[in-house]
Order: sequence, then C-alpha cells, then structure tokens
Amino acid sequence: MIALEGVSKVYRTDRIETLALDGISLTLGAGEFVSIMGPSGCGKSTLLNLIGLLDEPSTGRVLLDGAPVATYNDRQIARLRNAKIGFIFQSFHLISDLTVLDNVELPLLYRSIGAAERKRRALAALDRVGLSSRVHHFPGQLSGGQQQRVAIARAIVGEPKVLLADEPTGNLDSQMGDEVMGILHGINRDAGTTIAMVTHDPRLADATDRVVRMFDGRQVQ
Amino acid sequence: MNKVPGALKIAFRSMLRRKFFTFVSLFGIAFTLLVLLIAAAFLDQVVGPHPPESRGERTLYVERTRMSGEHSTQQTDSGYGFLDKNVRNLPGAENVSLFTMPDSAVSYVDGRKIKSRLKRVDGAFWSILDMQFLEGAPFTDDDDRQARPIAVISAGTRDRFFGGATAVGKTIDIGGQRLRVVGVVADVSPLRNLIAADVYAPIGTIPGDAWRGEAQGNFGALILARSPKDFPALHTELRARVKRFPIPDPKNYTTFDVPADSIFGMAARGILDDSRSYGDTPGLSPSAKLALILAVAALAFMTLPAINLVNVNLSRVLERAPEIGVRRAFGATRSRLVGQFVVENVALTLVGGIIAAVLASLVLAAITASGVIPYVRLGVNYRVLGWGLLASLFFGLLSGAVPAWRMSRLHPVEALRGRAS
Repeated sequence: MIALEGVSKVYRTDRIETLALDGISLTLGAGEFVSIMGPSGCGKSTLLNLIGLLDEPSTGRVLLDGAPVATYNDRQIARLRNAKIGFIFQSFHLISDLTVLDNVELPLLYRSIGAAERKRRALAALDRVGLSSRVHHFPGQLSGGQQQRVAIARAIVGEPKVLLADEPTGNLDSQMGDEVMGILHGINRDAGTTIAMVTHDPRLADATDRVVRMFDGRQVQ
Repeated sequence: MNKVPGALKIAFRSMLRRKFFTFVSLFGIAFTLLVLLIAAAFLDQVVGPHPPESRGERTLYVERTRMSGEHSTQQTDSGYGFLDKNVRNLPGAENVSLFTMPDSAVSYVDGRKIKSRLKRVDGAFWSILDMQFLEGAPFTDDDDRQARPIAVISAGTRDRFFGGATAVGKTIDIGGQRLRVVGVVADVSPLRNLIAADVYAPIGTIPGDAWRGEAQGNFGALILARSPKDFPALHTELRARVKRFPIPDPKNYTTFDVPADSIFGMAARGILDDSRSYGDTPGLSPSAKLALILAVAALAFMTLPAINLVNVNLSRVLERAPEIGVRRAFGATRSRLVGQFVVENVALTLVGGIIAAVLASLVLAAITASGVIPYVRLGVNYRVLGWGLLASLFFGLLSGAVPAWRMSRLHPVEALRGRAS
C-alpha cells in the first residue's frame, strides 16, 4: 500500500540543522491498523506527514501502490491525497465557518461530484459516526468528541484506502477517546481501511495490529 | 464543479463571522468605490448620451480648427463658410447641424440687467437633439433661411424674463435684437457646453454677412451618423475635403485641420488641449490619451486602499493557515486555493461596490438637489453602475491576488501547525 524506503527528513534553518527522521523503512499493508509510538519530538508526526504525502523526504523514497511519489507533481499529489488518504488531526481542524455537513463534504469538493451526491455521501459518513442529528451545527457548537467524530466523517467520506490519525484522542477524555477508537476500529474492520495512528497511549496502541516505536528519529521496533 | 458557489458561501459566512475585519475592509472598499462612482457619474454627465444628446453615441462634433506654420500655430473655432461648404453636405451623414458657440448677450427687463448665453442654430439642430419642449415648437430651416427674428428660450430664461408665465408669442430684446419667442425648452446642464444656452435664435439673424464666408469663426457642427460604424468613412471624407480646402492664411500657415470628434474625443481635446493631435499626426488620439489618463488615475487611486486590503488579507493568512492546511491535505491544488481566495475577495469588494453604489446615489442626489451645478441631474445609471462593477472586480482582483498566491504557497504541514511563513 504505502512503503517508505530509507527515508530521512532534515529541517534546516539558517543556523540549525535538525534530523527529524533517520533512515526509516516501513511498509503499511492493506487493511493494517498500525500505531506509531514514541516520546514527544521523536518524529512521529513527521513520519505521518510523509506517509500522507504532505511533506517530502530529504533522502529515501515514499512509494504509493508501488510507484515512487517523487515522480508526481503538486497537482497529481493533491489528487492522490484526495482519492487515497484521509486525515484525522489531534485538534480536529474543522473549518469554523462551515457547518458540520459542509465540513464533511470538503474532500468531495475537489472531485467532480454533484452537490446532491456530495450531500448524500456526507450524510452517510455522518451517520457512520453517529452524528446525523448535528449536520447543520457549526463546529463551535459541538463537544470535542463530537468534533472529532465530524473529523472522522470528513476523513472517510471519500472512501480512502488509508486513514492517518495524529493523536486522534489526544484532546479527548477517556470515554470520548474510547468512542473515537471504537469508530476507527469499526472502519478498519468493516471497510478494510488501512490506518496509521500516532498515539502516546499504550492501551490504544496495544489494541492495533502492529506498533512502530520511534526514538530520536529512528525506528526502534 | 460548484467552485464559485462554494467559495461564495464561505466568503459570506466568513464576512458575517469576522465582523471587525469585514467592517474595516468594507469601509475602505466602499469609500474608494464611492469616490470612483461619483467621478464616473460626473464624467458620464459630460460625455454620456444624455438628453438632449441622446444620439451622442452616433454624433460627431466639429468645433476647432487649427492652422500651423513654421513659426506659429493658431487654433480657433470653425467658420460658417467652411462648415457650410464642406460639412453640411457630408456624404453618409444622416443629418448635419451648424450652430454658433454661445455668446454672452445683455438684456434689460424692468430696469434689471439680464445676462444670457445666446446661441444661433439652424433647423437641423432641433432634429438631431431631443430638446424637451415645455411650450411651443422649434423653428425650421426655412425660418433660418428667412432670418425670421424668433427664438427658442430655456425655462430659466422664461423665469428671468417673464417670471415663469407663458412665453410663446411674447418678445425679448437681446443683444440689440427683438426676437419673438416660439418655444421654451427645459434647461440644459452647463456641463453640455456645446449645446447649452439660454436663448436659441436662427443663424440667419446674425447681423451682417461677413461670417457667411469665414473658414474660421465662432461656429461648430453636429454630424449625426447612421451608426458609429460610419465614423471612419465620415472622418476620411472630411479629411479629404479639408485637404482640398484652400488654407485661409497661406502666407503664414502651411496646414489647415478641422477634426471631427466623438463627444468623448471632443472633451479629451478640450481637456488635454493637445495641439499635436490634429490631422494625420501619428500616436494616440486625444480620446485614447484621456482614456489612458483616466484609467491610470483610477488605478492610482485604487492602489493605496488595495495595498491596505492586501495587508489586511495577509494578516488573515496566519488566522486561516490551518484551514489552508486542511484543504491542502484533503486534495486542494494551489490553483484551486488561489481561485477560492480571489473569489472570496471579489465577493467582498462586490458587496463594497453595492454599498458604494447606494451611497453614491444619495451623494449625487444631494449634489443635484443643492443646485451647485445648475440643471444637472447626476445619478447612478447603468453605465456608471457598469463602471462601478468593473472597478469592483478589478479592485477585488488587485487586492486579492497577492494574498491568494501567498496563501496557496503555504506548506501544508506548516499551515496545519498554524504557521504562515
């Protein structure tokens, strides 16, 4: 599905050079639920950004379905992200000016899909996360757990093959966190969606198929 | 698909939710466009096809002549002799009228001194122009040929001479002549300086005969074309006739030119007073020059508020960085984001344009009511509104393009972290 081969990522400023990832090789198989763990600053989110084609490696290759991503231009990568990858962020990143329904429709705006079909799919995704009754609310009118469920609906509305979740329960209490994890496990089980999740919580990581442990930019397990 | 409605939806929601930003932006936009709309309304009043020059768009104006020689150049109004021989019978014209420029004339009524602008015109003048007759009727070409001592006066003149009572059939003494009033027309704005007068009398009533043969004098002409498409042919024919016409003062001058201009071209020639714009002189015509000057002035006037709006928008880049990151993450291309933010900004400026149009209508109505410019009826008509719409769109693009480009260049990872650099 997605493979990283000897990937390193260096951030450079005028004075400092920071090695965020160092020679990571990793494969995410179809239908896998992988958690990525490690202390703060070890490169987990950087790794997730590379998997999600939001960033490019300094060295090494990222392959999507066997093809090296470096050969694609910005427009093609945008299309790939839109078609194959869904994102769930710790701080939800819902657009406050849009209703729940409009937020969920967002990925479909970048496809050639009519308004009625977009609405139908967005409502189905919201139903999947149990938020059918809040479609015309604005994000600010929802609880944190509800906002994260909207974010999950937005991530799955385009039926991506891969879901990338960056500490999806980090801003939630344990009960809401469990609800969100239940939804993610359901998506993984029912739709066969590959999920890569960054987490600090060993309890949540233990419930996934595989744990990738990071330390100082290196994969240690 | 649905790109523009989607962006508009976000634009209007964003406006409503960020009230302070919206207020600051709209204030700058509306004030800028208000000034431009008022300027456009004044310009339209001078050169637009308003009554009595409703056919102005297919009318050519002949006013000045120019003679130039090795040592000097002379510019003056046309003479009756030249116009009668070369313009009145111009092939391809639907109608031609000759008239004098208004002369100042004095009358005494009940011991009061009344100054009037006296204009001598032919019968065709009333056919080409759609003067609004409040009383009586225009005089004819036959009245002109017979030099009948009659006049059409303006409503303001009727008030000054007769205290507003019916004037037709009464006489006025003006410039040493006694003229019988045959008609009263609505006052014409002095901004229509070639047409406006207080008293219109037949050309034939001009004392003496010397003016009949003059190439240069105090005359002008209106040439009504069947269509503006006929202008080039009329220009060509007139130019050929001018070339064949003997130079009035061949000892001192070597060229003689009599241009025919559109109403805008005539205004341009008057404003720019460009002595090089006659004959076959290469380069921009006065109309093109004035249009360029006006466009540059409008652009310069818009630049400062546009820069201000650019800065306000750029400050919002930081605020909207996470949204940009999310959109990029979910598949928005850079060009799509540029389109979205430009549409948002154009929507904002169009709202500013609507506010400006409403305010401009009120300001122009107040100027009209104040009588600062007599008889002028300023307003936001469809032409002024069209210019306003164009200015709004241009202003929106001008102030939206840079922030949109900047936003679209944000790195998605940095944007998601709320960093805009």
